[in-house]
Amino acid sequence: MARPYDVGPKDQVHPGNPVTVDRYTAGARINHWITAISLVLLALSGLSLFHPSLFFLSGLFGGGEATRAIHPWIGVVLFFSFLGLFFRFWRANLWKGEDGTWMARLSDVLRKREENLPEVGKYNAGQKLVFWLMSILIIILIASGLVIWDQYFSQYTTLGQKRAAVLIHSLAAIVIICVWIVHVYAAIWVRGTIRAMTKGSVTGGWAWRHHRKWLKELVTGKRDDQGSGARPAE
Amino acid sequence: MTNSWTDIKNTDLVIIMGGNAAEAHPCGFKWVTEAKANRGAKLIVVDPRFTRSASVADFYAPIRQGTDIAFLLGVINYCIQNDKVHWDYVKAFTNATYLVKDGFAYKDGLFTGYDESKREYDKSTWDYQIGEDGFVMVDDTLTNPRCVWNLLKEHVSVYTPEMVERICGTPKDKYLKVAEMVAETASPTKTMTSMYALGWTQHSKGSQNIRSMAMLQLILGNIGMRGGGMNALRGHSNIQGLTDIGLMSNLVPGYLTIPNQKEVDFATYMSTRGFKPLRPDQMSYWQNYKKFFVSFMKSMWGDAATPDNDFAYDWLPKLDVPTYDVLRAFELMHQGKMNGYICQGFNPLLSFPNRTKCTEALSNLKFLISMDPLETETARFWENHGQYNDVDSSKIQTEVIQLPSTCFAEDEGSLTNSGRWLQWHWAGGAPPGDARSDTWIMAQIWKRLKALYEKEGGPLPDPILKLRWPYANPDEPKADEIAREVNGYAVETVYDATDPTKVLVEKGKQVVSFAQLRDDGTTSCGCWIYSGCFNENGNNMARRDNSDPDDAGFYSKWSWSWPVNRRILYNRASADLNGQPWDPDRKVIAWDGAKWSGYDVPDIAPGAKPDVVGPFIMNPEGTARLFTRGMMKDGPFPAHYEPFESPIANPVAPNIRGNPASRVFQDDMAQFGDAEKFPYAATSYRLTEHFHFWTKHVQPNAVMQPEFFVEISEQLAAEKGIKSGGWVKVMSNRGEVKAKAVVTKRIKPLQCDGKTVHVVGVPLHWGFTGVAKKGFGPNSLTPFVGDANIETPEYKAFLVDIAPIAEPVS
Amino acid sequence: MYPPLPNPSVQPSAMQFGQEDLVRRSASSVPPPSRQQTEVAKLIDVSKCIGCKACQVACLEWNDMREEVGVNHGVYENPMDLTPSMFTLMRYTEWENAETGNLEWLIRKDGCMHCADPGCLKACPAPGAIVQYSNGIVDFVHENCIGCGYCVKGCPFNIPRISKVDFKAYKCTLCSDRVAVGQGPACAKSCPTQAIVFGPKEDMKKHAAERIEDLKSRGYANAGLYDPPGVGGTHVMYVLHHADKPEIYANLPKDPKISPVVELWKGLTKYAGLTAIASFIGIGFLHHVVSGANRVSDEDEKNAKRLTETQQGGR
Repeated sequence: MARPYDVGPKDQVHPGNPVTVDRYTAGARINHWITAISLVLLALSGLSLFHPSLFFLSGLFGGGEATRAIHPWIGVVLFFSFLGLFFRFWRANLWKGEDGTWMARLSDVLRKREENLPEVGKYNAGQKLVFWLMSILIIILIASGLVIWDQYFSQYTTLGQKRAAVLIHSLAAIVIICVWIVHVYAAIWVRGTIRAMTKGSVTGGWAWRHHRKWLKELVTGKRDDQGSGARPAE
Repeated sequence: MTNSWTDIKNTDLVIIMGGNAAEAHPCGFKWVTEAKANRGAKLIVVDPRFTRSASVADFYAPIRQGTDIAFLLGVINYCIQNDKVHWDYVKAFTNATYLVKDGFAYKDGLFTGYDESKREYDKSTWDYQIGEDGFVMVDDTLTNPRCVWNLLKEHVSVYTPEMVERICGTPKDKYLKVAEMVAETASPTKTMTSMYALGWTQHSKGSQNIRSMAMLQLILGNIGMRGGGMNALRGHSNIQGLTDIGLMSNLVPGYLTIPNQKEVDFATYMSTRGFKPLRPDQMSYWQNYKKFFVSFMKSMWGDAATPDNDFAYDWLPKLDVPTYDVLRAFELMHQGKMNGYICQGFNPLLSFPNRTKCTEALSNLKFLISMDPLETETARFWENHGQYNDVDSSKIQTEVIQLPSTCFAEDEGSLTNSGRWLQWHWAGGAPPGDARSDTWIMAQIWKRLKALYEKEGGPLPDPILKLRWPYANPDEPKADEIAREVNGYAVETVYDATDPTKVLVEKGKQVVSFAQLRDDGTTSCGCWIYSGCFNENGNNMARRDNSDPDDAGFYSKWSWSWPVNRRILYNRASADLNGQPWDPDRKVIAWDGAKWSGYDVPDIAPGAKPDVVGPFIMNPEGTARLFTRGMMKDGPFPAHYEPFESPIANPVAPNIRGNPASRVFQDDMAQFGDAEKFPYAATSYRLTEHFHFWTKHVQPNAVMQPEFFVEISEQLAAEKGIKSGGWVKVMSNRGEVKAKAVVTKRIKPLQCDGKTVHVVGVPLHWGFTGVAKKGFGPNSLTPFVGDANIETPEYKAFLVDIAPIAEPVS
Repeated sequence: MYPPLPNPSVQPSAMQFGQEDLVRRSASSVPPPSRQQTEVAKLIDVSKCIGCKACQVACLEWNDMREEVGVNHGVYENPMDLTPSMFTLMRYTEWENAETGNLEWLIRKDGCMHCADPGCLKACPAPGAIVQYSNGIVDFVHENCIGCGYCVKGCPFNIPRISKVDFKAYKCTLCSDRVAVGQGPACAKSCPTQAIVFGPKEDMKKHAAERIEDLKSRGYANAGLYDPPGVGGTHVMYVLHHADKPEIYANLPKDPKISPVVELWKGLTKYAGLTAIASFIGIGFLHHVVSGANRVSDEDEKNAKRLTETQQGGR
């Protein structure tokens, strides 16, 4: 039987009290945390060069010069690390019919009225948005970042292009930081989420409450997305 | 210079022609910018290339190289035709009114008396008609057809604006604009200064280029005036000093001449140097020749020069040819007749024409001594540097001795600038390594020669053995000792010539100036024109008072200028026949009824009456010469001759190649190229980023202009498929060079005699030593021929071909 | 002749301006200076310049810099562009004046303009790496420079260059070290034709006015001073024969301003960005306070258990 697109090959539901559900493999978690640390370091180092009031943050990296030197390299790490995440997660983040409904009912999400929301798979629309925004922004950041990485690439672009790049880079950085805040806040607000990235599993109740379709798929091993299949009950 | 650098600020019009002052004399050029600010002066540049000078000029006119005489005689013709002549000046101060011998004529490009086999003139008709009183006959009405003015008028009449355009390639309207601007300075209250340099001298008729302008300046009344004059911009900080001190094969210091072999004794020598006045009451200052000469001999041999031995006249070398100029020297080496060469501060391998011949000549030597602060190409001529010096070292047996010497910043002494100012300088640092001063090296050579003569004897040992050597440290004479010797001193007490009781100079004291020199051996003076530089007042060259009364531009208390601290030569000519300045706003000196005085030292006897004594005191006439008698080998008037290698035949004398009076060695005649094979007119020049071959040894200069290039027009580049920044090969009949191409709008093709003439510019600063990129010099291409009078090589006009090439493998 | 500055005394002299004269300091604020220095300016009279490059050499020598010996590129410029060691560069333009039919060889000495409103300083993120003194000199303080290259982007004249050796930004200092002891810049000192003069800005403007009058008398009707207001005026000014067309002088900008892109980056973006970030954090915080954590209930766990068991039972 074909495995649902958002279910991993080794993901299992473990009976117990509570039930636990495998959500991330060790590889995915390591990949995530490399990305996460890179992003945090990039944000800190980037912000130190972005606004004078935050220049003190460069002290974390050994001073302004070191910050200037290291930031682009961390960017490279992030890019490749995120590339790994992208290939792991992109299928599970494809937009589905229920995602529109979920988005339309965002106020219910924020008010914790889960009963009004459609059952969602491994990721809800918010998570998918974060995923895709991150993907797009990281491409923008790495591209604009290379343009302003003067140490190696200054000769390949014009001053006008560099100016545009530095503006784009900072705008994209602000957006990605905001997206990141949403991402982190959501993980904190929705209790029981963080263990997915620490232990690799969530409780069955968490899955039932937030990703019921995913849980059902895991439990039934049945995929539902190939066109004519029955729609889950709302 | 007749005037000085600082005086240029007094001018109304600067004409830069035969030079590129902004490029080659940027520091002196500041006085042009001063003139513009000071008097609203205009700047005209006439040059084959739109130069750096042209970039700041008010008017630029192109000209084909080697056609300046046609241009200038054209302007003289314009002035005569349009009555733009300073008549009072011309009539009183030039020989315009003098009558010329009947035999003299000019026809088909030749003056009377030409001998084609010798390439020489019999100049006997090139002279004045002398009256029964022994003076020149004159016609003050200027109506006699044999007077200089009428002969000149006829001589220049061929140089119409159309002919100028045809010869020079200068568009007629541009030429006429220049002529009009220049002619305006015929006004007594307007002056023009002529700034020229090697662009005029480095031609087979270089001297006549300069004479043409000098004649024009006389016609306009601009000689002797503030802001006027003929101002040669010397190409080296002390090249004026070199000529003054007589470092020429036919001179001794102060422009006195070395005897020739026909002048077997002193009396014979002096018989042609009497300089009897040619007009009544004239000073004819060269009448004092003997005083200067005898004083020089005393400085050389001291007590050994006595009246009994004609002041050691016999110890002077006697010339068997007119000169042993550089071209002749290398010709003799090439023939194997000269086999030793002491090269002091000179780089002939890159400086003399036809480099292939130079290399062969040096290879024939038994020994070559190079005294230089730098590693010159000449000292390394035997070393293989690939294409840049492709010699087979194993075939060269010349023993080369390099003697490192101090550079100007490492020793004390004076430098004579273009304006004749002797400026003392002090050592700024110690010389590196084994470098020793030139005086130390020369002293050692002399000491060793002396020892050899003492030990072994030999023919004529006296000039060496009895040389006066009065220095505190005989091993290294000091600059101030030499300066004092050059100034001169009283060997015996000198008395006033008119009042024998009056002591002028005590025995042993320095003379005040050359006015105190004597011809009886009681004075000694190394260089009469420098006398006064270091007298009992001290070292006048070291004076540093930059006061300038009334901003007149003289700066008379700054350093010292020859002669007798005079800043403008012929300054008597700045005043009219009443002794009053032609231009009251620009007084130099004036006559107060009894004597001359003013800002400058009068260039006339202080009591000489203005309506009697002429201003040009060095000429026996007392006037300046529009017609120069037999002084020049190639004619008493200038005439247009094409360069020896020219893209067109001479439009005024089609059958004459080059200057008919220029000396051409037999082998070199065969090496001239023609326009069919080498169609482009090339010229050589300096760039402001470099000084000659020195600064390629200096890192920052090398950065500023790193690599040899040639300049061509966009049109020629398109015709030949040459890209700017690409490589080209430039070929003449004597050699070839490889260079980067600079394609520029600043060079434009000229239309000459119905032909399109492309100009190729070849700058000269690269060689195979130093820190700049290795390269070639123009002398790989240039012909081995010089000026008829002084043998300055024809570097400014030669023929080449050019072709694009792939980047050479070095 | 504009009177040249006298030679320096051999006695040590007091500094004429220093840290207490700062009016701007990159990425930081400074107290208003206790005194106002006379504004200085370097006036480059392009119409007098002969392009000799003495200024370039003087600049290298005074600043103890060395360039590599390059090659000829078919032009007179060398090096081909400003570099971290070549703070000034003669740029040559062969311009055919369509009105007169004459060729003009326009030679402009390029280098830092010392803007009153310096884009480099505005862009610089490193506190104190770029400073502006009340006499108008904009100077780079290399120990504070982090080599980010933002100054390059901020500069409307494309002047600063980043060293490949120490990765710090370099440009003309207007010889602040010489000016501090009463001397003018080395380039002005070396200029043979006084095409470069240095002094109080007001005097320079007066001198320029005389020069412009002279140029107008010589037929340059559009001669004028280049002191672009878009950057608040500059402390390096040009006398141009064709002030109406500065772009013909090797692309001298006609109306230079700090690029709007840079203004946006260092203006609105800087503040809006931090506001946005703070807002997101704040909203998150508020949301949490208001709505509380989204916890999994026991019911959810039971449902999950039930679902699991059902399915396993069903198998």
